[in-house]
Amino acid sequence: MKIAVLVKQVPDTATRIQLAADGSGIETANIKWVLNPYDEFAIEEALKLRDQHTGEVVLMSFGPARVEEAIRQGLAMGADRAVWISDEGVADVDYLGRAQILVAALQQESDWDLVLVGKQAVDDDAAQTGPLVAALLDWPQAMVVLGLAVDAAGRRITATRELEGATETVELPMPAVLGAQRGLNVPRYPTLPNIMKAKRKEVRHTHAAELGLDAAELTAGRRVRVEGYQLPPPRPEPKVLTGDPAEAAATLVKLLHDEAQIL
Amino acid sequence: MSGILVVLEQQEGRVRRVSLEACATAVRLGQGAVSALAFGPGAEGLAEAVGSQGVEQLLVLSASPFDRYSSDAFAHAVVQVVRQTEPSLVLFGATAFGKDLAPRVSGLLMAGLASDVTAIEADGDDVLITRPVYAGKAFQRVRIAGTPKLVSLRPNVQPAGAGGGAPARVSVPTVDVPAPRAVVTGTERSGEQLELTEASRIVSGGRGMKAPENFRLLDELAAVLGAAVGSSRPVADEGWVPHSYHVGQTGKVVSPDLYVAVGISGAIQHVAGISNSKCIVAINNDPDAPIFKVANYGIVGDLFQVVPALTAALKAHLDAS
Ligand SMILES: Cc1cc2nc3c(=O)[nH]c(=O)nc-3n(C[C@H](O)[C@H](O)[C@H](O)COP(=O)(O)OP(=O)(O)OC[C@H]3O[C@@H](n4cnc5c(N)ncnc54)[C@H](O)[C@@H]3O)c2cc1C
Ligand SMILES: Nc1ncnc2c1ncn2[C@@H]1O[C@H](COP(=O)(O)O)[C@@H](O)[C@H]1O
Repeated sequence: MKIAVLVKQVPDTATRIQLAADGSGIETANIKWVLNPYDEFAIEEALKLRDQHTGEVVLMSFGPARVEEAIRQGLAMGADRAVWISDEGVADVDYLGRAQILVAALQQESDWDLVLVGKQAVDDDAAQTGPLVAALLDWPQAMVVLGLAVDAAGRRITATRELEGATETVELPMPAVLGAQRGLNVPRYPTLPNIMKAKRKEVRHTHAAELGLDAAELTAGRRVRVEGYQLPPPRPEPKVLTGDPAEAAATLVKLLHDEAQIL
Repeated sequence: MSGILVVLEQQEGRVRRVSLEACATAVRLGQGAVSALAFGPGAEGLAEAVGSQGVEQLLVLSASPFDRYSSDAFAHAVVQVVRQTEPSLVLFGATAFGKDLAPRVSGLLMAGLASDVTAIEADGDDVLITRPVYAGKAFQRVRIAGTPKLVSLRPNVQPAGAGGGAPARVSVPTVDVPAPRAVVTGTERSGEQLELTEASRIVSGGRGMKAPENFRLLDELAAVLGAAVGSSRPVADEGWVPHSYHVGQTGKVVSPDLYVAVGISGAIQHVAGISNSKCIVAINNDPDAPIFKVANYGIVGDLFQVVPALTAALKAHLDAS
């Protein structure tokens, strides 16, 4: 089974987001970058499938040079090799452009059985890349996957996906795109020997031109354009009650009714 | 290209609230006639509900293969309806259904999609969009170039209309889609629990609850409030509550009117998921807990005393009014 896992590097979730002075983006100076948490579930699932059915797991990441760190982390978890697509000239593409780039990188090779992604990247929170890649490849998809079974022949998938207050079972043929949700598995930690081994694994570098894409066209043709950022409005000074629980509770109910007008 | 198409979501013959919010938003934008597209058996029965929001026309695809969800067949159908009706804007709900379908439609149409949008305003023929990023630690302002523009709306943010309009005119578009490949073969409800992302009131417990059986206290409080129950992540990881309860940057991002955080310290990842709440109440015995920095109201005290007292006070309040 030949599986690609698309991985994104994102700011650690503990990051306090601050805006760049001109509001055009976020301040990236002191950010700790990590592998997108949902991509760890995707990698883990790919490794499990490879170990059951044999084959290989290939990581693909589009981004600046720093993403190699995220790639190495995935390699240390056990992925076999990686493709890094650098972003010079195309750093400013939209979701569709990004998906076109990832699809072009996938199409440099053949025989894929599966493409795994995280259900969402915790920076842009777009949750778009999986279905976009599936649409561009004309493959079926199952997103927000909590459980996965592949038939013995390695041709069909039964996936459980999370809905609001429910789960649903989806059956689909391979090749397919699957989006990993928390709960799908427990990602393994890279062991020290595997971290050492990962240093020697292949990370092939490619870029838009080599993929037959016109960087200027992709950037100019972007449909979703970010005009600026803002921080959430500050929250009001809290009213904190202390003392006898019954009295505090009664006061709170009164405040929620009279002042907040919620009750 | 004019008018707005709303892709509806129905559940057992009823329009989901998020879809009514989308219809009302489409009408409020005032950028031409609003049509809605509904899938599945009984879709024509939604004409009254969407008409009351100001939708003029209801397009229904109720027969096979639209009797059960398939992302590929549904996406092809939306694409064909878009090509026939030429809307300038297509609205979805940012639910499991809409998040699955909208980006697939975006890929087929090569049309830009802004997902999980919390604000949308008309600007001439254009729309100005705001969407949270980093789980609400910041907001992006975006515009979409080209037509149609695709937008998925976060539930529980836009108001639904008051109702009262005439039923929408029903028509059946002709579509021809390839045989579905990803097919839903079963759905399992996970209990009677209200869905967190759609709840207008939430009571959430953290490690301060000490043990799973103590969530009973929150269930009682939630019952009086008509609230859904949520949790911090460690509590879900411990298996005290199902994973679906977990609120925060790597769980559910919620936007209720009232969020009551009980025995939750207020870690940055948790707060990110609740910062869109209109009113946050914190109950914690540590006056320095960071949750008090984001709360509108707080009670410093032992939750095992405060929560039952609050449940009793709310009951008394409801009985009196
Ligand atoms: C990558 C990553 C992603 C994460 N994503 C999330 C996320 O999405 N959501 C999330 O919630 N967390 C997330 N976390 C975890 C987060 O960092 C915190 O560890 C977690 O939110 C703490 O949970 P808690 O508040 O329940 O527990 P604690 O921090 O242990 O707080 C318990 C609180 O209960 C109070 N308390 C104790 N006893 C009582 C009592 N008798 N009466 C009243 N109060 C009492 C204490 O004062 C304390 O404030 C993430 C962490 C990482 C590393
Ligand atoms: N730049 C990227 N490189 C590789 N994979 C990506 C990239 N951006 C997004 N993805 C994948 O798509 C998923 C969803 O991302 P998003 O659509 O940005 O929410 C991520 O979890 C990754 O698996």
